[in-house]
This record gives sequence, structure tokens and C-alpha cells, in this order.
Amino acid sequence: MNNTNITERLKTTKASTWVADNIVSLIFVAFTLFGFLVSDGVTMNFFLTELSSRFFRNAFLVLSLVIPVVAGLGLNFGIVVGAMAGQIAIAIIRFFELGGVMGLFLTMALAFPIAALFGYFTGVLYNKTRGQEMIASLIVGYFANGLYQFLFLFVVGVIIKVPSNHPMIKPDGVGVRMTVDLVPVKDGGLKYALDKIWEIPFMWAILLIFACILLLQIWKIYKNKKNPTLYRYNKTMVLINIILSIVMIGISIHAITTNSSLMMVRKVPVVTGLFIVALCIFNELILKTKLGQDFRSVGQSQHIAEVSGIDVDKTRIIATIMSTVLASWGQIMYLQNMGTLNTYGAHTQIGMFSVASLLVGGASTQKAGVKHAIIGTLLFNSMFIMSPEIGLSLFGNALLGEYFRTFMVYGVIGLALGLHVWRANKNSEITLD
Amino acid sequence: MVGVKNKNTSIKDVVNKIGLPTIIIGGFWILLLIAGGFLGISIKTLISDTIKRAGMNGILVLAMVPSIQSGTGPNFALPVGIVCGLFAEVCAIEFGFTGWAWLFYSIVFAIPLAVIVGYLYGKLLNAVKGSEMTIATYTGFSIVAFMCLPWLMIPFKSKNMGWFIGKGLRETIQLDAIGGAQILSDFLKFSLFEDGAFITMGGEGGIIIPTGMLLVFFLCCFIVWLYFRSKSGIAISAGGINPKFAQSSGINIDRCRIKANILSTVMGAIGIIIYSQGYGYTQLYTAPLMMAFPAVAAVLIGGATASRAKVSHVIIGVVIYQGLFTTALPVANQLFEGTDLSEILRMVIQNGIILYALTQVEGGDK
Repeated sequence: MNNTNITERLKTTKASTWVADNIVSLIFVAFTLFGFLVSDGVTMNFFLTELSSRFFRNAFLVLSLVIPVVAGLGLNFGIVVGAMAGQIAIAIIRFFELGGVMGLFLTMALAFPIAALFGYFTGVLYNKTRGQEMIASLIVGYFANGLYQFLFLFVVGVIIKVPSNHPMIKPDGVGVRMTVDLVPVKDGGLKYALDKIWEIPFMWAILLIFACILLLQIWKIYKNKKNPTLYRYNKTMVLINIILSIVMIGISIHAITTNSSLMMVRKVPVVTGLFIVALCIFNELILKTKLGQDFRSVGQSQHIAEVSGIDVDKTRIIATIMSTVLASWGQIMYLQNMGTLNTYGAHTQIGMFSVASLLVGGASTQKAGVKHAIIGTLLFNSMFIMSPEIGLSLFGNALLGEYFRTFMVYGVIGLALGLHVWRANKNSEITLD
Repeated sequence: MVGVKNKNTSIKDVVNKIGLPTIIIGGFWILLLIAGGFLGISIKTLISDTIKRAGMNGILVLAMVPSIQSGTGPNFALPVGIVCGLFAEVCAIEFGFTGWAWLFYSIVFAIPLAVIVGYLYGKLLNAVKGSEMTIATYTGFSIVAFMCLPWLMIPFKSKNMGWFIGKGLRETIQLDAIGGAQILSDFLKFSLFEDGAFITMGGEGGIIIPTGMLLVFFLCCFIVWLYFRSKSGIAISAGGINPKFAQSSGINIDRCRIKANILSTVMGAIGIIIYSQGYGYTQLYTAPLMMAFPAVAAVLIGGATASRAKVSHVIIGVVIYQGLFTTALPVANQLFEGTDLSEILRMVIQNGIILYALTQVEGGDK
């Protein structure tokens, strides 16, 4: 109708864009800070210990969600299926009482074909439910859970005969027990098999991580100086990162030299960390390959991708398989840290929590990266640690905090998805005008 | 025309008319019933239970019809309506109503509440066109999780609902205490084929017919059926079939979708009240979290799709769905002792049928 009106509208959205884009993350930051203010029971040590162990447990699973988003499949709640594949592999390894570090890698190797097969089927399903992938991925998780229970409660024992005196099998010889102990790694089991390979003190890890970030920023500036057009960077972000790294390096050196209470924080599993870093790098590098470019173009427009000669269906299936396999490994890493396999419950919440983590990091159904996954995992788990404390100190009832936590998980997914669709719809309306 | 066609109906036509999933799952149910008969399980009890549970769940399933017809897909946010109904029930108990008055006031409180909430929910759905189903699911989850806080925090006084120690409402509230359990189900209850007699009023053996509950269910069905023959109802259906065409013929689609979702939410609220009285307990906290999925699956089994549903689909679907699982439980227990096969079967069939319906959704072009 009139152009001034439209430009005005666009302007107003631009001014509030940063806040609107990051509203979910901001809510979580505010919530955690608020938690520190009101609750006096939480010490920094407790918080950091909890946060670091939760981070190393969950980050891999959250990172496994990135590829499907890039490929336009949305948030893959179907990583639950991958988690099941991981658990099947663990159950097999546990049944034959293989263990230790080699046992863990054998579990991962075993999980690979199972997860790839499951991923293929889910991928085919997503191609048939085009446009509704997210709800389909949620339901396929529930559906697969039924088959999974059939396998573990019925097939094991009735069809595949197993000895009823095995510690994993129920006393009547049919079905797997509700909880299966994974046996500590020093007794030849899987518990901490990956974590215990090499551990370093928490502050050393902080020092190392931020030194790396600092080097990365300097490398960015150096590249930019050499070739300003090819390598661009956001000046303020780099500056913030550099200042942050220097501050954190200072704090960690101070803590190490004075041997302050921060040194009491639980040690950090290096190998698990390296796995997470490797997946971060993998997620970044794959975008630079032909396959990664295909993911991107399929994610942007399936029609244009099809016209330009990309096999859209195949690309989407590959993305799903990758996500499922990574999720199965993530679940194995999660369980070796937990030390017990909660046979019928460990996988059910994984999809929900991982998706919520990714969204909290500022991702949306169409845009997600390593950055979102890492920030999101940290923020989401901070909220998870603080919620019961806030409930306890504000209302004298920790249960209330736990209910609130559940609400936050569902609410954040609903809010982030809703806001995203709403904004996308609004934008398309503006262009239609 | 129809008459002419009917003369040469082949099997294929019949299958197409009823729908393949309906035939397969219905056939499976009948197979289980026969198996149950051979295993010595009382068929009369199985059928009584089926009728009872179909009556309890009927209105919740019926709530799917308006939302499907309006084009927003199956109402995965059914818990939104359910918590309205639960809140009304709890309020009615708090105000000291018992028996019929409790039932009446629960429904009276529930309707305006559900209308307001349904209106807001409809507004939300209009803002997120294209992803209604996913958003609806999470709206439902969020509201159930959110309502856990009020259940715990609102200072209700009634002794029938609180914990014996501490604050907050109980997870399950026995309706016996306020005379609300089966109040509607027992109204004009009679049984068929009890001890050779054809009809025994108030009988406890044979096939028990919970007349009051069924009457309310059929009344609701009739109202929905009638509504979709009114001008307003036809406008809703038209908007669901082809939004662009409906818009150009002067129908306000957004308003239609809101109306349909208000109706659906109200059905959800009334549905849970009828469900509670039939069950004898009101379940709070996380109990309603997954309640939308069985209802969605039931209407789909009845022959509905994600974009078209009729009242007949509801009646057929709820009977087959509830029948299948009331029958599967004792039969599976007899065949494979100590396993929980019927629950597994429920998960696979319930979610399988939803997935099947999702693959049939149109508009998923590349």
C-alpha cells in the first residue's frame, strides 16, 4: 500500500531484533542469576561441579541435532531412536560382559550399524511426512519406544532364550531388568570407561579452553589482515571474546597458583571433552564439503535443490542417519557417565532435553550451529541445577522447583518454536503487502 | 447416482469407504475377542468394559472433530481443555458441591473457562499457521506442566482433596467422597443378558450399559453433528478444505479456526469431567500430559484423516480403540504370563496410526 508504513514496520522490528532473537537465552541467563541471588545453599563449587559433569554428559547429544536443522528437517526429536540403538549396543556388550575402554569402543562400533539402520527408516519416514517432520519425529520416538519395549521385555527371554541367573535379566528369565548396573571400569565394566581414561583439574581445563579461544581469535584477526575480503569477522564479538578469555585465563591462573577453593571442583574428563570438540569440528567442517553444501541448499529450498540436480530425498536421509548415529554415541557417552542403564527410561527424555538445550542456545528450526549447542547446553543445565534451589528458598518446597523445571523444558520448546513460526509468518505477510 | 453405484460395489470400494486401517485394526480386535472366548475369558465382561471405556473417552475423542475440520489438524493440545475441566471439578469440590450438583457445577464452571482459554489458544494457532501440530503438542505439554504449580500452590481448603500433611492437592482425588463417582454412569444403568433375562435394570452381571454416560456422549455427538450442518459449521469445514477459496468467498478463516478450537477446548473440558466420574477419580498434575494421543489415535482409527473427520469416525474409532485394549490386556496376560504386551501393543498401534495419518497429510511438497 504505502512504502513508508512498511519501512517503518521493518525498522521497529530491526531495533528490537537482538532482544527478540535471543529472548529465550536471556530468560535463562536471568533465571540462573536470579537463582544465585535468592538461594544461599548453592556454592560456586557445587554449581560448577554439577554443571561440568552435566555438560560432558549431554553436549554430544545436543550437538547431534545440528545437522538435521541445517538440512531443513527441523529439530530431530527422533534422536530418541538413536539413543535406543546405543542402549541396545550397551545391553549386548553388558550381556557378554565385555567392558573397559576397548569394550566401550566396541559398543560404539556395534551401535553404528544399528543406529544407521534406524536412521535410514526414520529418514524415509521424514520424506513421507514432509512439512510435518517435527511432530513425526516426536511420534516416531513414542512408536519406537513400543518396539524397544517389545524387544527388551518380550523378545529377550521368550524368543531369544537367555539364562535367568544373568544379573541383567529378570529373575523369571523373561525381559531385561529395569535398571542394569554397568559395573565400574576398574572391574571390567563400562562405567566411566571414557571419563576415567584421563582427567585433569577443572581450572586447568578452563585455562586450556580459553587459551584455545584466544588463539582462535588471534588467528581470525591474522587471517583478516592477510586477506580482508575473504576472511571477515565481527569486531565487537572478537573483542568481547578476547577480553573474556583473558579474564578467564587470569582467574584460572590465580586459582591454580593460590590453590583456591575452585580447585576442589570435580575433575574434567579429557577424552570425553575431546570427543565433543571433535564433533564440533566435524559439524563445522562438513558444511565445507559437497555433502554439507547439499544439506544447506536442501535446507533452504527443496525445490531449488531438486532443480539444481541434488537428490533431495537421499540427502535428507543421510542427514537423519548421521544425526541418529551421533545420538547413539552420545547416549553411550551419557550412560557410561551415569553408570547404570535405566533400561526403559534413560532414552525417553533425551529428545526433549536436547532440543530444549539447543533452543535455549538461540537456535531455531532453521538455524543452528555448534555455538548454539554449546551455549544452550550450559544455560539449560544451569537452569536445571538452580530450579529446585529456587523453589526451596522462595517457597520452601523443592518439589515446586521441579515442577517449574518441567514447565520450563516444555515451555521453552513451545515458546521458541512458536516465536519462530510467528515471526516467519509475519515476515512473509510483509513481503506479500 | 449413489444407488446405481452401490449395485456394483466391489470389495475395493467397501475398503476405500471404511478405510484400510479401520478394517485391519477392527479385524484384529474381533480376532482378539474370539481368542479371548476360546481362552475362557468372559466376552460379556469384555464388552461391558469396552462400552464403559468408550463412553468415558468418547467426548475427548469428539473434541478432535472441530479442530480437524477447521484445518488446524488433530487437537494435540487437548490437555488445554482437560486442565480447564479439571480446574472446574476441583473448584466445584472446593465450594462443597456433592453428587449431581458437583457434576452440574463442574460443567457450568468449565464451559466459560474453556471458552476463554480456547479463544486464546485459537489466537495462538492463527499466529503459527503451518506448524500447528507441533506447536499444539508443546502448548499442551506446557500447560499441563504449568498447572502443576497451581495445583500445589492454590490454598484449597476442602479436606477431600488435600494431602493429609503438607500443602497442595492430592495427585488423585477420590470422587467417592463427594458422591461423584460413576454418578452419570449409574443413571438408568441396565444390563443385557443377565441370567437369561434380556434387560435387568441396575444389574451388575451381563453386558452393563451405563445409560446416563452414553446419553451424554450421544447428545454431544448430536450437537456437533448438528453444528456442522449449520451455516457457521459449514463455513468452518469450507475453511479447512480450501482456505484460499473460502477466503475469497467471504469467510473469515481466522474467526472460523478460533470458533472451532473453542468448541474443541470446551469438548475437552466436558470430556474430562465425564471421564473422571466414570473412572471415579480425578487425576491432577502430570496425568493429562499424554491424554491427547489416545484421543487422536482413536479418531484416526475410526477413519478420519488429519484433515477430514466426521462424528461417525469418532463413534467407530473410540469403540475399536478402547475395545482393542480392554480385550488385549486379559488375552495377552493369559497367553504370555508376566509380560506387559498389551501396553506395548497400545504404544505401537496408537503411535503407528498417528504416523500413518501424518504420511497422508497433503501439502508436503518439495
